[in-house]
Amino acid sequence: MKLVFEKSSAGRRGLRIPKSDVPTSIHLKKEYLRAQPAALPELSELDVVRHFTELSRRNYGVDTNFYPLGSCTMKYNPKVCERIASYPGFAHLHPLLPQLRGGGMLTQGALEVLYETDLMLREICGMAAFTMQPMAGAHGELTGIMMMAAYHRDRGNHKTTVLVPDSAHGTNPASAAIAGYTVKTVPSDEHGCMSLSALKAMLNEETAGIMLTCPNTLGLFNPHVKEICELVHSVDGLAYYDGANLNAIVGKVRPGDLGFDIVHVNLHKTFATPHGGGGPGAGPVGVVEKLVDYLPVSVVVKREDGTYALEYNRPKSIGYIAPFYGNFGVILRAYVYLLMLGREGLERVAENAVLNANYIKEKLKPYYDLPHPGICKHECVLSAARQVKESGVHALDIAKALIDAGFHPPTMYFPTIVKESLMIEPTECESKETLDAFIEAMIAIAQKARTEPETLKAAPMTTPVGRLDETKAARELNIACL
Amino acid sequence: MPYISHTDRQRAQMLAEIGLKPEDLFSDIPPSLRCRPLNLPEGLSEQEVRSRLAAIASKNYIHLTCFLGGGFYDHFIPAAVYALTSRSEFYTAYTPYQPEVSQGTLQAIYEFQSVICRLTEMEASNASLYDGGTALYEAMMMALRLTRRNKVIVDDSVNPIYRVMLHSYTRNLKIELTETENAGGLANREAIRRALDEQTAAVIVQNPNFFGCIDDFTDLAEAAHSKGALLIVSCYPISLGILKTPGAMGADIVTGEGQSLGLPMCFGGPYLGFMATRKEYVRQMPGRIVGQTTDAQGRRGFVLTLQAREQHIRRDKATSNICSNEALCALTALVYLCLLGKEGLRETAQLCADKASYAYQRLTAIPGVRPHFPAQWFFNEMVLDLPCEAAEAAAKLIERGYAAGFPLSRYYKGMNNSLLIAVTEKRTKQEIGMLAEELEAIL
Repeated sequence: MKLVFEKSSAGRRGLRIPKSDVPTSIHLKKEYLRAQPAALPELSELDVVRHFTELSRRNYGVDTNFYPLGSCTMKYNPKVCERIASYPGFAHLHPLLPQLRGGGMLTQGALEVLYETDLMLREICGMAAFTMQPMAGAHGELTGIMMMAAYHRDRGNHKTTVLVPDSAHGTNPASAAIAGYTVKTVPSDEHGCMSLSALKAMLNEETAGIMLTCPNTLGLFNPHVKEICELVHSVDGLAYYDGANLNAIVGKVRPGDLGFDIVHVNLHKTFATPHGGGGPGAGPVGVVEKLVDYLPVSVVVKREDGTYALEYNRPKSIGYIAPFYGNFGVILRAYVYLLMLGREGLERVAENAVLNANYIKEKLKPYYDLPHPGICKHECVLSAARQVKESGVHALDIAKALIDAGFHPPTMYFPTIVKESLMIEPTECESKETLDAFIEAMIAIAQKARTEPETLKAAPMTTPVGRLDETKAARELNIACL
Repeated sequence: MPYISHTDRQRAQMLAEIGLKPEDLFSDIPPSLRCRPLNLPEGLSEQEVRSRLAAIASKNYIHLTCFLGGGFYDHFIPAAVYALTSRSEFYTAYTPYQPEVSQGTLQAIYEFQSVICRLTEMEASNASLYDGGTALYEAMMMALRLTRRNKVIVDDSVNPIYRVMLHSYTRNLKIELTETENAGGLANREAIRRALDEQTAAVIVQNPNFFGCIDDFTDLAEAAHSKGALLIVSCYPISLGILKTPGAMGADIVTGEGQSLGLPMCFGGPYLGFMATRKEYVRQMPGRIVGQTTDAQGRRGFVLTLQAREQHIRRDKATSNICSNEALCALTALVYLCLLGKEGLRETAQLCADKASYAYQRLTAIPGVRPHFPAQWFFNEMVLDLPCEAAEAAAKLIERGYAAGFPLSRYYKGMNNSLLIAVTEKRTKQEIGMLAEELEAIL
């Protein structure tokens, strides 16, 4: 398919700009001007519409295909959330308005959305307060670790190390490192959960805290999680809950009840806001009472007269981690989703997400290795080790063959502690029919791996391009059409 | 139950097929760890939710005529932008880990990287970052890595919202962040040269700066380079329709807020951070990067590339902790720029400058209203001094239906009477005239 620049034709217009209605035409000093107009493509509106419509058809999305990408919670994104986010009363609101004298009263609706979402997240997570500002999960992690650092600085603690399990998402160690900490990795035990004995051996006075995903990236709930938090607290460390997998336990278990001090939730996972092809997301961070003073400014508060206001004067705050109040449009969608589901709906989320994952796991167990049998939570991790050994078919080949069967592949090669892993997260939204079709495709692929492995190596055949040469992309490095 | 398809009968059937009882599903969680029922309201129907949210939206007053800017602007958005970005094949997809079924997203990001390079006259761009402020923070961290130094100079004509973010993010790190005070509305050459030394990683400036003043940083790029430091320029993309580019000035890293490129103001987000740099620095650039390649049949395709920089491979040694980008916002900016095209962007930028110039004439004709930086050229935003406190004047104008601008006293000492006024192509001659009349009336 052509690039948009290759469709450009000199002089073509996609938009008429209104004629100037003011008498001035300013001639800026020549040294302040660019030598030539930016070389943007020149296209008609229809050219642009065709180009991007054609591009859209080269994507799988949740609306077009089952998308069981593990650890990403690719659930259905309700249309009502999109509709409400486009209401002019929200979309056209300037973020500086509440910072004008009297302006706060002109943004009461937006502040209400932020405040009420905060309240619901507090209840769901068992936290004392949230900041809605972090613009993604990783941004939430960094914000959380910055609060951890502020807490220790305040207490005069000399802490240098953050512990993460070997099954952690890469963002955990990266966030801790970028906030200035040394990262140490705690190994998993034979059950796939953090090894308690290893943790005990690694904990010391320098431990600032621990970052845990629960259930972890193997889809396993660590029954000793409360004990882990207590151990970390015993050295005045803080326990950070990475909410990437909250969908598994929402309404069933609250991180705050387990002893966690800091929590981030991915609104684009558990609370159904669209992933957007890789953002925008939102990663609000909740904290327990002793950390409330460290939350970033501004903080939305509700006054006695029932109106909402922004508070800036918080001497212990870690400061500003975002220009304004977070990805408001994303938070608004999550708020709508929470209102739609209510208490009962939220409980059904985890129950059905867990049922679907276990259904897939049990049905595929005879055909693929399952390193950690037993009940899983929202996702299961299979291994293609058997297929590699028997016929040289890898997890990658299975993933590509699934594309030809009409499914977005699961997450592959993560978590790295399982060889040839395929991490499958079906979410609660999918029907039995969809799950059965996927299971059937996975079984057919397992059979093909034995009988005609070469066809799997050639997959995918049905896509606009076949497997792409990633080495060439890195070696020749063409990252812009100039 | 909304968004769950299983009937009770189907659930029972599924459980029976895998030999489980309903209580087995959570049997791995010790009962003592289970929570009490959540204290949340009952779920609502779509009809109820829509009327409730319409009522909440109506509490936001969006009918003010907007002269508020400060880095976030009320620009016109063509209908085709939303029509295309609301295609669910784009917005319900995730990060393109499987390139064969993500060519739409990948090619769009490649094209986005290309238009950012063309706009800024730089060689390499990433797939986008959260917003202009975090993009500037990431640029600073990138310069620290590239130079292996620990000092950064930032002029106070850079957006104060971004500067407080830089301070927050560096509080736990061993970084010396020096601020210089602008000289007459422009980056303070003398103070920057004085502060520049062999430990300086970067000089951070902005164009047009927070006061709306236009600058040319060619001399600062030379000064920074002579000490082995980098020049980081934060910019306003619409202005690049006519203004000299950071690339032409010799900038090493360019960042900016892409909200003005087709994204609604939406109370502060989601927005779009962009970042561009020289090709030689690309391996220290944070964020996703898409590269062109081919499949076995020689067909062109696109993949995420240089992933060895990133957190999912390098973990605590990664260039950044960033995992996603703002892909849908990047797509929005790309569609917007394709619709405007080469001439459309130039005309839009010129229109902003013309209308701002007219507003300047009208407003400074009011007795007692004077430009704060009379010697400087401005693009579409200006600082005017009023004969009274600016915050008070702005509050009075709100009552008359105008978001007249941003009072600078919040961020700058001694500027109590200064109001920052932005004019986009959306403002009409009549609206500008009315603002002038209303302002005169309240003074």
